[in-house]
Amino acid sequence: MSTESITATVTVLNPQGLHARPADLIVRLANQFQCQVEIGKEGEWVDAKSILSLLTLGAAQGTELGLQATGPDAADAVAAMKTLFTEGFNELGEPIDA
Amino acid sequence: MKFSDFINSDAICAELKAQTKQEIIEELVQSLLDSGQIQADQRDDIVTSIMKREELGSTGIGRGVAVPHTKHPSVENLVGTVGVSETGVDFDSLDGERVQLFFLLISPPERPGDHLRALENISRQLRDETFCRFLKQSRSSGDIEQLLKEADDSQFVS
Repeated sequence: MSTESITATVTVLNPQGLHARPADLIVRLANQFQCQVEIGKEGEWVDAKSILSLLTLGAAQGTELGLQATGPDAADAVAAMKTLFTEGFNELGEPIDA
Repeated sequence: MKFSDFINSDAICAELKAQTKQEIIEELVQSLLDSGQIQADQRDDIVTSIMKREELGSTGIGRGVAVPHTKHPSVENLVGTVGVSETGVDFDSLDGERVQLFFLLISPPERPGDHLRALENISRQLRDETFCRFLKQSRSSGDIEQLLKEADDSQFVS
């Protein structure tokens, strides 16, 4: 039995960066999948299902992050996660009260 | 960024009395007012805007910790404080747990980077379970101040 592992690179697009609310969105999305999802920066990888861990990345606008999912639905998880980043956590183009 | 860069030691609340989310935020904001970190006529607006942010999704991030925050044009630098509730308060946390430990942050609107770095520091330090537990057990502002200082001094370890 093979365990599928999918990787991708994403960029933080929204001006406020990966603050508490985007971290919440990432966790909620990651939790919809069975696979393990990790997000990393500069060799440091954290669990995408933990807000506390995501916030330790301190990822500002423009930061490139690695994405790695391992498990049966890894491909779907990475695709969904990429969309979330591409949409800038729904914070593009409008002033958001963070 | 270190705790000492954004936590005002005079505003630390070792024994929060509040029992609701609204009261907790009022109590923490009041401590920032009492310690001269914010302007009196801005107090109510700051409380309202922090509550509005909570409506978008609780800042109770799990492990009995919450980081209520807002941007506000009345502050020139990031200001913040820490509060501990012995009993814990229902904060609509993402993990459903009551919150005992609060880090309240108010940042200037044009400085999202500072807010991110403060969150980064808080979350990095709180990953240390001992630090997290000791903070929740603190019953004096002196104890809390000391713990934050120790965390600042050893931040390169994590």
